[in-house]
Amino acid sequence: MPKDHGIGASPKRREDVRFLTGKGQYTDDITVHGQTYVHFLRSDVAHGRIRSIDTSEAAGMPGVLRIFTGADFEGVGGLPCGWQVTDRTGQPMQEPPHPVLAQRKVRHVGDPIAAVVAESLAEARDAAAAIDIDIEELPAVIDMKAAIEAGAPKVHDDLTSNLCYDWGFVEENREAVDQAIEGAHHVTTLELVNQRLAPNAMEPRVALGDYNAATDEHTLYTTSQNPHVIRLLMGAFVLGIPEHKLRVVAPDVGGGFGSKIFHYAEEALCTFAAKAVGRPVKWTASRSEAFITDAQGRDHVTKIELAMDENGTFLALRTDTYANMGAYLSTFAPSIPTWLHGTLMAGNYTTPLIYVNVKAVFTNTVPVDAYRGAGRPEATFQLERVIDKAAREMGIDPIELRRRNFIKPDQYPYATPVAVEYDTGNYDATMDKLIEIADVAGFDARAAESAARGKWRGLGVNCYIEACGIAPSNLVGQLGARAGLYESASVRVNATGSISVFTGSHSHGQGHETTFPQVVAEMLGIDENLVEIVHGDTSKVPMGMGTYGSRSLAVGGSALVRATEKVVNKAKKIAAHLMEASEADVELANGQFTVAGTDKSVAWGDVCLAAYVPHNYPLEEIEPGLEETAFYDPSNFTYPAGAYACEVEVDPETGKVEVVSFAAADDFGNIVNPMIVEGQVHGGIGQGIGQALLETCAYDETGQLVTGSFMDYAMPRADDVPFYVVDHSTGTPCTHNPLGVKGCGEAGAIGSPPAVVNAVVDALHRNGKPVTHIDMPLSPARVWSAIAG
Amino acid sequence: MHDVTMVVNGRSVSGQVEGRRLLSDFLREDLRLTGTHIGCDTSQCGACVIHLNGEAVKACSVLAADAEGAEIRTIEGMSNPDGSLGVIQAAFQEHHGLQCGFCTPGMVMIAADLLAQNPSPTEAEIRAYLEGNLCRCTGYHNIVKSIQAAAAQLQPLAAE
Repeated sequence: MPKDHGIGASPKRREDVRFLTGKGQYTDDITVHGQTYVHFLRSDVAHGRIRSIDTSEAAGMPGVLRIFTGADFEGVGGLPCGWQVTDRTGQPMQEPPHPVLAQRKVRHVGDPIAAVVAESLAEARDAAAAIDIDIEELPAVIDMKAAIEAGAPKVHDDLTSNLCYDWGFVEENREAVDQAIEGAHHVTTLELVNQRLAPNAMEPRVALGDYNAATDEHTLYTTSQNPHVIRLLMGAFVLGIPEHKLRVVAPDVGGGFGSKIFHYAEEALCTFAAKAVGRPVKWTASRSEAFITDAQGRDHVTKIELAMDENGTFLALRTDTYANMGAYLSTFAPSIPTWLHGTLMAGNYTTPLIYVNVKAVFTNTVPVDAYRGAGRPEATFQLERVIDKAAREMGIDPIELRRRNFIKPDQYPYATPVAVEYDTGNYDATMDKLIEIADVAGFDARAAESAARGKWRGLGVNCYIEACGIAPSNLVGQLGARAGLYESASVRVNATGSISVFTGSHSHGQGHETTFPQVVAEMLGIDENLVEIVHGDTSKVPMGMGTYGSRSLAVGGSALVRATEKVVNKAKKIAAHLMEASEADVELANGQFTVAGTDKSVAWGDVCLAAYVPHNYPLEEIEPGLEETAFYDPSNFTYPAGAYACEVEVDPETGKVEVVSFAAADDFGNIVNPMIVEGQVHGGIGQGIGQALLETCAYDETGQLVTGSFMDYAMPRADDVPFYVVDHSTGTPCTHNPLGVKGCGEAGAIGSPPAVVNAVVDALHRNGKPVTHIDMPLSPARVWSAIAG
Repeated sequence: MHDVTMVVNGRSVSGQVEGRRLLSDFLREDLRLTGTHIGCDTSQCGACVIHLNGEAVKACSVLAADAEGAEIRTIEGMSNPDGSLGVIQAAFQEHHGLQCGFCTPGMVMIAADLLAQNPSPTEAEIRAYLEGNLCRCTGYHNIVKSIQAAAAQLQPLAAE
């Protein structure tokens, strides 16, 4: 029987009522008295030198209050980068400044040059059109390999080149890997592109700055996944505002997928301008603006080589990747192709020798940073594609080849050659489950049926593993992180026994307002409707590192467990006093404190009341009140893993690919709310199919984003995807966090692109077209060309 | 400036608008009906779908001045008279047909339009009708399930 409450149940989401009735409060829904509007004038060339900016005519136009340019920010800090990567020679990466508004040069289409604040948005736009800008256009660097050739135009004049870093991992393994590949029975090589994507959360970014001159307090309402991180970065590094004078609020947020982790120039501008103008200042991105200002994702060009013995045992793996940083270093950009990518190259396999080289490159394009999966999809894609190719070259069934190389259940904890230690997993069990739910045995019959309709059917299977629950602070500190990656939670028990939980995790679709109370209610044995979640406001929540990297439950949930444990410990002391018993004998179950071996009991609510009305209370031993805070810093990453299967039908006449079925078997450890977990997987798969078949940020040679709107950028629509079959019954609980959870937010987007591409390549092979690879997105034109040879 | 009067969710409202003001902005800013969302600027995403004289339209593609005299229904007008969730809204909650909630108002409005036209749509018909509504969170799986469930519930009601 499925549970009907607590951990493992699927209560309906409580946040849904406001979203379904139009009562959500997204940032753009907030209007502050006296609000003004800002419009950004942005560069329409990818690379240029600013000769002059004349705002005199615009400044006199109706409704205009103030126009800001780079000159206003000369004395202000730039947008900081939160991670410093060290290159192969031990040198820190090249780290250029990132001004709030462009100074002297523009470096990508969309780079902000001026900001017009006016009484209405229409007036701000009209005035921006009247600003006279003279820009000397410079040759743009778009292609990564060309960007690091000698003599290439430099994105940043003060750097030695466009190479941000040349990272080797593990550098000491390099020679051994080279030798193993040299002497191997067989080496499979694959060159591929993991194309650039636009995250495209449906809610565009918004920032609304407000300033109270009487108290010298700033407030920023912003579409963020991590308001405390924005407070830290903007307060300490950009504007110099101490935490106690800066409140950052991220109310209902309409999706993030990574793009709302980062601190953006518009947030700093609105905060700065609100004080300068003396009025609240609001910016709402148009979708066109989002396409040229939101950090984009992926954009790797890779060569991977897999060495095997005659049985297909993996002996060594070598990969070379060019990773695009875009024009500036976004908040966590340097860490994505390195520590979130190189460390996952072992995958689910026992490959003993691995070497990863990554060259990060500046180009005149929008900055690139984390997008759902962040580094791990890039690792999974190349690994699972090269394994599929290897299986064909070796004449071994691709599932069998994977099984031969799986890390086995008795090998945990398993230290990979790329510096991480997997705590637990069972990849054969997950693969068995996948084969069952995908009905792999019935594939041939389905393929025959497709063929009868003139369609080529293909089956693609792959595995994935990810490092989630980001992250142990001491470890990431050694790796270059400039932040700790713990999480905090405060559990405030009110006098009548209801509970307010303050969490540093942020929910922008994940349903924390429903799932976090399930955890607390389970621990206390009380009705989960007595528990309310507060998040997204630095003035309410003590501290928080936010939501990304599938960390909310594994890290934020663990902090919540620790804080709740502290509450229970104190409540037991109070209960012991009320029952005149020894604290050691007090037990809590179903909302009742009892004394073992007696019929004494006291209800949860009575203990809470005693804490706040301490008439009969051990005041000499403990303080009144019942509220506890905990910070949880994980001791390791978590390692969700799974196996995915995709079936496609290819129309050989047109090259059009239809995904006809998709099955996912995931090991997420323990599950708090199965309904929400399944929804996370569905969404991830939808995005992964989008990457595989439809989406791409295409820049022309001058640096114009030619897929810069929903007219051109092919988002997956309802009729591009099938129903998904998902299963999470083979979970192996995480061994090092109190809930045994691993995280589920990114898995679908990590595991699904190789399944789709493997399936298309399989369909072609089965029909006499021995194609080894097609780069994503697998558009009809690309597939048709591959068929035509 | 144009004087406009229209009936929104059963209530007569008036306002003055510039010729270029979009109906979506009039609803959101002048009437403070912020449930109608703006997710793009090319009439592609469908987050702003409303019913105008009984037809589903994207409010970002209609000038407020052109809605003079119109009867409009927004997401704020979709609940039952007692304030409880209507059948389609309740189906979305029951079947987890929303995550971040941003596309949701448009999804509910287009679903209501579909089921008014076609009370028992096939899966393919539902997916085709959602062509103009983007969701980035759900992979559409539970949105389609929600609409199927709502259709099943509404059919006996329609037969009465």
